[in-house]
Amino acid sequence: MIKFEHVSKEFISSKTRFLAVENVSFEVQKGDIYGIIGFSGAGKSTLVRCINLLEVPTIGNVYFDGVNLTKAGPRELRKYRQKMGMIFQQFNLLAQRTVLENICYPLEVAGVKKREAKERAEELLKLVGLEDKANAYPAQLSGGQKQRVAIARALATNPEVLLCDEATSALDPITTKSILELLKEINQKLGVTIVIITHEMGVVKQICNRVAVMSGGVIEEEGTVKDVFLNPKSETARKLILPAREKLLETGERRVLRIVFDGQSSFEPIIAQLVLETNTLVNILGADTENIGGRAYGQMLIEHQSDRAVMKKMKDFLRRKGIYFEEGGSQE
Amino acid sequence: MRQEIIELLLLGIGETLYMTLVSTAAAYVLGVPLGVLVYITDSDRICENRVLNLITGVIINLVRSVPFLILLVALLPFTRWVAGTTIGSTATIVPLVVAAAPFVARLVESSLKEVDAGVIEAAKAMGSSPAQIIYKVLLPEAKPSLFVGSTIALATILGYSAMAGFVGGGGLGAVAINYGYYRYQTNVMLVTVILLVIIVQLFQEVGIRFVNKIDKRTKQ
Repeated sequence: MIKFEHVSKEFISSKTRFLAVENVSFEVQKGDIYGIIGFSGAGKSTLVRCINLLEVPTIGNVYFDGVNLTKAGPRELRKYRQKMGMIFQQFNLLAQRTVLENICYPLEVAGVKKREAKERAEELLKLVGLEDKANAYPAQLSGGQKQRVAIARALATNPEVLLCDEATSALDPITTKSILELLKEINQKLGVTIVIITHEMGVVKQICNRVAVMSGGVIEEEGTVKDVFLNPKSETARKLILPAREKLLETGERRVLRIVFDGQSSFEPIIAQLVLETNTLVNILGADTENIGGRAYGQMLIEHQSDRAVMKKMKDFLRRKGIYFEEGGSQE
Repeated sequence: MRQEIIELLLLGIGETLYMTLVSTAAAYVLGVPLGVLVYITDSDRICENRVLNLITGVIINLVRSVPFLILLVALLPFTRWVAGTTIGSTATIVPLVVAAAPFVARLVESSLKEVDAGVIEAAKAMGSSPAQIIYKVLLPEAKPSLFVGSTIALATILGYSAMAGFVGGGGLGAVAINYGYYRYQTNVMLVTVILLVIIVQLFQEVGIRFVNKIDKRTKQ
């Protein structure tokens, strides 16, 4: 669906040169919800803008449905952009247009008749749950509502792809969750491929199936969310998954285990069982778990002061339960 | 005050309004495209073009840096060619438009600069052509600011029109110069000044009320 081939983007001004994206190759399959994660300044926003050529790559090729967009003329490119919706952190709605008129905008651009456009816009408003706000202006809406309008607008021309540039970063956690759920629904119901740029692991965990980890303009690792989350290979991925990990690994005598919950039943008292079975007290250093539909997702850091034999028991127990873990702390 | 002075003042008001409104309208006809052009050709804008941007910028600055009174005199042959005469309100409109158009262009440019870059980016991402961005995004989004600019333009052009009284133009400016200045009738001078202040106030007040009415960013 989307394919990058050795794409680099360098910003050149009179005084400075800045390589924002360096030799990036990756592929997004149809139906994916593809996350691109990284810290600020990693080049994610530039990368996503290379998909619809809002930023023209300095070198490399960008393919959309097998067509090389970097070779397309301006008119042709505009046609392809209509097949790619985009939403932004700051929503970017037209402040002087009503909600309905905002959603009509891409249809006007595409040359759809007024009445048809209005019908389509009303349909989309229903999809995002804002039928009653058709005649409101953006200034009268909350952040979450604005993003819903932006999503409706991005979907107006029936795009095959939806690009999300930090779409939830300006929203509170509850609104973020509801927007992500809406995106997932759009992906499942309408079959729209989604590319999400974010700096929050939680976003990737909640809806993505694949993820690319970016740092310094380079994709450091790429794979299914499960693989990257369970077994992060790059330093950046580790930091994103567990921000405080570095510090914990430095704590001399302690033994730390990172336990990852990946859809185990949340009704099973794993930690309590672990304690009973090994007869060792553990200290929970930190936990970030969620219960989604009776299943546990997330991770927990536990600390213990036990010898090798007990340690082995613990590991056996976890393996038996099918729970992924990782050792930290000082090891003999 | 004598009847004839009152009639003179009334005529002056009419002429001033005529000159100001017609000149402003004409200045906008020329100034809006010029302002849009200088905006879109600027670096990192939708139709970046250094040469065109430089040329329009120089033309605008050239005309703007000539004091109006000098421009008024320098343009006399041109005014005669366009209007057939150099005397009276209609003739004054010619130099007023020439002087005001570049000024309007700068006002328009600064209004367009206020439009959020993110909104323009979103429009691009939706496959808009440059023309669609100008007509459907830039101008409508900048509308309130453009109208604020037009009240500033009206007040400035009104001020210019008063100067035209020195070289045979009409309006309140001419009344002030001919009666208040040359004939030392201080009271006439005073009345014309007050009238000019009232007109500017009116433009400003009506303009701002209108802008508040059409601007959707503040509607709650």
